[in-house]
Amino acid sequence: MLLALDTATSAVTVALHDGTVVVAESTVVDARRHGELLMPGIRWVLSEAEVTPVDVTRIAVGVGPGPFTGLRVGIVTAKTMAAVLEVPVLGVCTLDVVAASVRVEGPFAVATDARRKEVYWARYDAKARRTSGPTVGKPDVFATGGPVAGRGAVLYPGAFPTAVAPEYPSAAEMARIAHVGEVEMLPPEPLYLRRPDAVEPAARRRAL
Amino acid sequence: MATADDPLVLGIETSCDETGVGLVRGNTLLADAVASSVDEHARFGGVVPEVASRAHLEAMVPTIHRSCREAGVRLTDVDAVAVTSGPGLAGALLVGVAAAKALAFTLDKPLYGVNHLSAHVAVDQLEHGPLPERCVALLVSGGHSSLLLVDDVTIGVEPLGATVDDAAGEAFDKVARLLGLPFPGGPHIDRVAATGAVTIDFPRGLTARKDLERHRFDFSFSGLKTAVARWVEARERGGEAVPSADVAASFQEAVCDVLTRKAVDACVANGVSHLVIGGGVAANSRLRALAVERAARHRITVRVPRAGLCTDNGAMVAALGAEAVRRGRQPSSLDMAADSSQPITAVIA
Ligand SMILES: Nc1ncnc2c1ncn2[C@@H]1O[C@H](COP(=O)(O)OP(=O)(O)OP(=O)(O)O)[C@@H](O)[C@H]1O
Repeated sequence: MLLALDTATSAVTVALHDGTVVVAESTVVDARRHGELLMPGIRWVLSEAEVTPVDVTRIAVGVGPGPFTGLRVGIVTAKTMAAVLEVPVLGVCTLDVVAASVRVEGPFAVATDARRKEVYWARYDAKARRTSGPTVGKPDVFATGGPVAGRGAVLYPGAFPTAVAPEYPSAAEMARIAHVGEVEMLPPEPLYLRRPDAVEPAARRRAL
Repeated sequence: MATADDPLVLGIETSCDETGVGLVRGNTLLADAVASSVDEHARFGGVVPEVASRAHLEAMVPTIHRSCREAGVRLTDVDAVAVTSGPGLAGALLVGVAAAKALAFTLDKPLYGVNHLSAHVAVDQLEHGPLPERCVALLVSGGHSSLLLVDDVTIGVEPLGATVDDAAGEAFDKVARLLGLPFPGGPHIDRVAATGAVTIDFPRGLTARKDLERHRFDFSFSGLKTAVARWVEARERGGEAVPSADVAASFQEAVCDVLTRKAVDACVANGVSHLVIGGGVAANSRLRALAVERAARHRITVRVPRAGLCTDNGAMVAALGAEAVRRGRQPSSLDMAADSSQPITAVIA
């Protein structure tokens, strides 16, 4: 049983692959509640497939790039579950997961929401193999009339007039490509692409 | 063998800059593994939230393993998982909460999201046994300075007072910076003060008669910090050397004087004979000595855990979790949220 999950976008997506097909999947779009939604999602796909955590033999996790707070929820969950179960955990670039669901002829690009009016960006060839990226920047820098998948294309139609599906990654797709090994395997560490803001430290919380 | 009285509880703490994973069996401490990102924050003179969150993610699984090794237990032996659900830095809390949920779910064991401040009180059980029926707790750390009335540490506590501006630890850190000492400054002030004398009479915030009416159990340290800064500046302007050790000792005395005076007053006012001190500043040697001295005059027993258990750690979270198990409290659900401003009146999320 391969458990796949991704929290690098507003979608909290989980799927379970039994070695032949994807047997259960759960996707909820909510930008602010990854920490609350992920574990119930995992519980749901396992119970839907009538298996328990100990039946999981491999975990695949989206390593972004994506908004850091949500991204970390998925990665720490995958790594901690893997530590208990003593099973391998592999990382998959979230943009590659989006790309795997794109159904267009020829090359295309993926743009996801990086907040702060920027997008995470990568280009793919006709076989959905990544040819450049992932990187981060203003939509204008990457502007193209060609097909662009991902939430970024929906948010910035000026830069990306030809938005194509999907808008978000699907863990079911991720489970499929991870199962057949049709994707670059990465270490299960976040692709931050941005340095932590070297801003002044947060004001300490006042007590009570 | 695990019993309801003696559960093996794993506790995770990530509310600030330490990744703590502790293991307790009942009131017995088995392991207290802590990874700190404090060095990465030092050059900023305070904790940078994103740096802390990144460090928590890196340290989480290795710290869990280290804690199990120290305790000589396997993860599958764990009876319950506890985690700080708040208050603290939102992004940092979330790493610990997600890890704790993953552990609890995968092990099929109950999860307790607990209040960080209550955990600072509960940790004393590991050192001095069950808490008394009723006690006053003085919580003093880099983020908090509060006086609390505690009946049952798993239910919620009654806030008696708190700082109206800076936390005590924050004052230590700022004054340390002023004196050119490294971050976090508390331990350095403590060390340097030991070589100096209390020669300067710095202000004691909220101790004047008019303040006592409305703020009997509240604290204020920002005026003190400013007074120290003015004093040092005046010296420097006059081209005189700053007697750092004396400044540190005098500042420390002002803080400890107010903290202990109000803590003992809170015990007396509430007819309580036990004072528990927790939080990073409880490591301060002068605070401990002065509290014991003043409390003794009123036949009040002071309980302070050893310094290593006063600063943020996972064992304190495990200790509170174990108490929640023992008292049959309702576990948290898997969709529990981290709450960066979790009130002290909410112990279990
Ligand atoms: N010996 C000491 N004397 C005075 N202050 C100390 C001493 N040791 C540590 N401190 C102070 O304690 C604070 C750290 O406390 P703690 O580890 O409880 O963490 P915190 O991040 O402040 O946590 P909290 O979330 O509990 O507010 C720092 O401000 C530090 O300077």
